[in-house]
Amino acid sequence: MARISKEKRKTGLIDVALKLFSKKGFYVTTIPDIAEEAGMSVGNFYNYFKSKDILAKELVLYISEYLGNQILLINEKDISTEEKIHEIVVMYFEMATKKPEMIEYFLRVYLSNREVFGEGCEGMVCVSPFVTEMMMFFNDGVAKGDLHDQDFFSAFGLFMGYLGGMAFLFGEKILPHPLEWYQESISQNIYNALKKRQ
Amino acid sequence: MHSKKDNKKKLLWLQGVTCNGNTHSFLNLPYLPLLLSKIELLYFPTMEALYTFEEISECKLSCDILVFEGAFDPELKRNDILIQTMLEHYSKNAEYVIAVGSCASFGGIFKASAPQRNSGLLFNESERTGPMLEVDQKIINLSGCPIHPEWLGYTLNMIINHQKILLDEMHRPRELYSNLAHHGCTRNEYFEWKVDAKGFGLKEGCLFYEQGCRGPMTHASCNKILWNEVSSKTRSGTPCFGCTEPDFPKQNFFNTKTNMSIPEDVPLGVPKRNYLTMAGIAKTFHIKRLEGKLIDYKTTP
Repeated sequence: MARISKEKRKTGLIDVALKLFSKKGFYVTTIPDIAEEAGMSVGNFYNYFKSKDILAKELVLYISEYLGNQILLINEKDISTEEKIHEIVVMYFEMATKKPEMIEYFLRVYLSNREVFGEGCEGMVCVSPFVTEMMMFFNDGVAKGDLHDQDFFSAFGLFMGYLGGMAFLFGEKILPHPLEWYQESISQNIYNALKKRQ
Repeated sequence: MHSKKDNKKKLLWLQGVTCNGNTHSFLNLPYLPLLLSKIELLYFPTMEALYTFEEISECKLSCDILVFEGAFDPELKRNDILIQTMLEHYSKNAEYVIAVGSCASFGGIFKASAPQRNSGLLFNESERTGPMLEVDQKIINLSGCPIHPEWLGYTLNMIINHQKILLDEMHRPRELYSNLAHHGCTRNEYFEWKVDAKGFGLKEGCLFYEQGCRGPMTHASCNKILWNEVSSKTRSGTPCFGCTEPDFPKQNFFNTKTNMSIPEDVPLGVPKRNYLTMAGIAKTFHIKRLEGKLIDYKTTP
C-alpha cells in the first residue's frame, strides 16, 4: 500500500481538528482527542504541529487561503461586479452549508478567542490571503466605475459582516429556509449598498 | 592645424513654448563655468553668447549640440521665423538634439493646456508621434520639470568626452533615469512599515499613501543626485510629482488616487495583489520609533 504523504496527513489533521473545534469548542478539545480521531499517536501529532495554539493559527491561515483562492477565481472572471458579488455570496453560502466547520471555526474560535491568536497572528497576518483578495475585488469594482468609492473597511465590514451574520443564523438553525434560498436577495442587497451613487 | 578652440562642440539653445524653468535650472549648475569653458556657446537665452538671436534665426549657421527647451508648437514663431524651420535646419547637422525638460521631451505642462497643438520633439506623451521622427536617433530626452542641472551637465560632459550615452525606451539616459525617485529617499523606512506622513514639511512619515507621492513609480535620480547638492522634494517633505514621466502632469498632485482606500498605482514592477498582502501585514506592526517625532524618541528606556 502506498504511504500517505506528510502533506496529506497534515491536511487530514486539519480537517479533523476543524470538526472537533467547531463541535466541542476550542478549549474542551484536546490534542489526544484530535490524534485519536485522526488515527495517530499523540507523539506523531507533534511532528505536524508543535502545540494547540500553533495548530489554531494554521487553521485560520488554511481557511483564509481557501477563501482567498475561491475569491481569486471569481475576481479573474470576465463578468460584471454585480455578478461577482453574486458568485462570492454563492461560494460563501456553499462553504457554510457543505463545510460548516470552516465558517464555524472562523466565527466561533478565531473571532471569539483572540488571546490565542495574539502572537504571530496579529491584525491581518493570518487572514491576509482572504483580505487581499477582497481588496482586489473592491479596487477593481471602483476602478471599473461600478462601486462607490469609500473607505475599505466600511465596504468590507458591510459585505463580510452580512455574510458572517447569515452563516451564524444558519448555524444556530434560526433561518426558516436553507441558505441557498437567500442568495439572490442578499447579493442584491450588497450590490445596492455598494454600487456607485448616481 | 585646428586650434583647441576649434575643436570645441558648438552648442545652440532654442526655446519653444516655455516658462524658462530649464534655462534657470541650468544656471544653477555648480560647475557651469568649467563646463562652459569646454564648449562654444552659439546662443543661449540668458547668457552672453557668440551670436544674437536675430543671427541665429537666419538659419545660416550650424551646431553640434542643439538644445531645445519647451513644448513644440508648429505655429510658434520667434523673430518672425517658425521654430519648426529653425529646428529642422539646426538638427540636420547636429550630432545630438537634447530635449531639456518635460515639455520638450513629452509635451509636459504646455501640452496639457493645448493638447491638440503642443507636443514634445519625439514623443507626444508616450506616443512616438512628435515632429522630429526623422532625426530620432539624435534625440536625447532629459525630462523633468524643470530639468535637474546635473543631468544636463552629465549629458554634455559625456558628449564632450565622446562617450556613448545609453538611452531607455523614452530616449532618456539610462544612467540617470533607471533609478526611481524612491531610491535614496530618506523616508524609505516609513514606506516599508506603512507609516503615513501627517502633513507637509515634516521629516517623518511616508508621502506615498496620502500625499500623492509618485516616487516609487517615477524614473528619476533626484534622491541620488541631490538638488543644489543638498535636497530633494521628498527630503524637504513634498511629494514627488512624477515630473520625469510622459504622463506628467497628472491632476491633484497632493492626493494619492485610491479605490476604497487602496492605492490605484503601486510601486513599479510589483504585482498589486502581492503589494496589498505585504502592505496589510506591514501595517499590523506598530513601531514606536516611527510613530512620533524622531527627535523625541528616547534611545534608552
